[in-house]
Amino acid sequence: MSLSKEQVHHIARLARIAVSDDDVEQFAGQLSSLLDHFSTLSAVDTEGVEPTAHPLPLGNVMRADEPAPSLPLEEVLANAPEHEDGYLRVRAVLE
Amino acid sequence: MTAELWRLTAHEAHEGLRDRQFTSVELTESVLARIKSVEPRVNAFITQTAELAIEQAKEADAKYEAGAATPLTGIPVGVKDLIVTKGVRTTAGSKILENFVPPYDSHVYEQLRRAGAVMVGKTNMDEFAMGSSTEHSAFGSTRNPWDLDLVPGGSSGGSAAAVAAGECLVALGSDTGGSIRQPASLCGVAGMDPTYGRVSRYGIVAFGSSLDQVGPIGRDVEDLATMLDCIGGHDERDSTSNPEPMPDLRHYLGREIEGLRVGVPKEYFMQGMEPGVTTRITETLALLEDLGAVVDRELSLPSTEHALAVYYLIAPSEASANLARYDGVKYGYSYQDGSSMWENMETTRGHGFGPEVKRRIMIGTYALSAGYYDAYYKKAQQVRTLIHQEFQEAFKRYDVLVTPTTPNVAFPVGAKLDDPYQMYLNDIHTLPAAVAGLPALSIPCGDSDGLPVGVQLIGDFFQEGKVLQAAHALERGMPWANRLPQL
Repeated sequence: MSLSKEQVHHIARLARIAVSDDDVEQFAGQLSSLLDHFSTLSAVDTEGVEPTAHPLPLGNVMRADEPAPSLPLEEVLANAPEHEDGYLRVRAVLE
Repeated sequence: MTAELWRLTAHEAHEGLRDRQFTSVELTESVLARIKSVEPRVNAFITQTAELAIEQAKEADAKYEAGAATPLTGIPVGVKDLIVTKGVRTTAGSKILENFVPPYDSHVYEQLRRAGAVMVGKTNMDEFAMGSSTEHSAFGSTRNPWDLDLVPGGSSGGSAAAVAAGECLVALGSDTGGSIRQPASLCGVAGMDPTYGRVSRYGIVAFGSSLDQVGPIGRDVEDLATMLDCIGGHDERDSTSNPEPMPDLRHYLGREIEGLRVGVPKEYFMQGMEPGVTTRITETLALLEDLGAVVDRELSLPSTEHALAVYYLIAPSEASANLARYDGVKYGYSYQDGSSMWENMETTRGHGFGPEVKRRIMIGTYALSAGYYDAYYKKAQQVRTLIHQEFQEAFKRYDVLVTPTTPNVAFPVGAKLDDPYQMYLNDIHTLPAAVAGLPALSIPCGDSDGLPVGVQLIGDFFQEGKVLQAAHALERGMPWANRLPQL
């Protein structure tokens, strides 16, 4: 398994992480090597085996739908890089 | 007397507080002085909270006066820096959360405060708990108190080192693939990863949500039981918190283990293991037999070898989704000087995350992407089922499984930093129980050339009591128990 630089660029784009050319060079080697090690799984017979998403699945977890106070707006927004009139402020999504 | 109070375990300190031999303020001052003296060398904390600790210690002393104290009242604790604490910066070891001050408390911190525990600081960790050496922290690496040139393990290396160095009496860590047990082993202290769902994840910075679990690190087994009694139990704010009733775990301590059925899986004794580790584990098994346990060394769990690949596909996949929230919009570091929203977001994440976090997000993104999902993510989940089934079969015949916690003792700072796979191999013995969601702990069982060796005990779901019972019996027979490093 060998990831090309183009593939690493594509994955970084999917993950929304800016990468430098040096990063891409390094990640291509490291990620390829890891995927090689992990490819041992392909030899395991898993015909008809259900996947496990959760070690102890709990179904339909509900609690009483009772109104309770939310966190104070000013405390929540205190961590926001930019906010205005009680809203988070973002750059235009469509330009 | 007060000069050396930091040497006490939590249960010893509780007795002293209860009998009015000293106050929590005196105990806390002793610990704060110890921090001042050793912290420049150990770097176990990202944020110290000395003033807050003294305030909380005064409240604790009032509780003792009022007869309202419980075993953790007035006890100085360290809290891993991915456990959110209202008004106290919580970074998860990341530059992206360098200035994040949570507006609410996590469930586990609420429980500690309700019990009257005293927080002395937020402990260092690998960024977002991704690492096995605490070198992947944006706030500098933590050093092993037994030898400052060595790593303490990780990702809860700050918590383990702080307990070993006497910078707190007990600490909270979190375990996703071994992040409590492995550093506990390398630092010569005790640490437990409870059954998945035993402890609420409300207010824990998420890494791998089907694996993450908070647990205690302490100097002995009794302190583990006391801490888990405090933080465990159902919490409706975490939908994966299990409603299974929580027994009084301290009740299991001091019981005999005559007839305890112990399985020793052969797959955990591999080529390349440090001879000193093998020797100590062999002695530990002999001690279990002396105590009346029935030890079967012929158990085989053949899927063990696949746990590493399973874990390092599933945890990064979950992480790639969980860490999507760090977008520079809602909280955390934000790059603002780009020409578009996307450029800002990508640069925020490019600058804000360290290399190991980027690697894991990218592996996870790849494993979940179109065309590769079945070959990697789904395949890993299927093999996860096989690992789970093998454990369930084993627990029909055994009460606990015993293995080395790690194949080697602590290694030098920098030795494995450039080779992610070599770093991942540190977790090889702690990953299977994590993948299966089983309770497991590590306690010190001796040394190899002066460095601590840990033994791991794994139990069936919700059998923390049985695991603690066996570990407590072992601990009392071990010369290593409760030794402190020279610092």
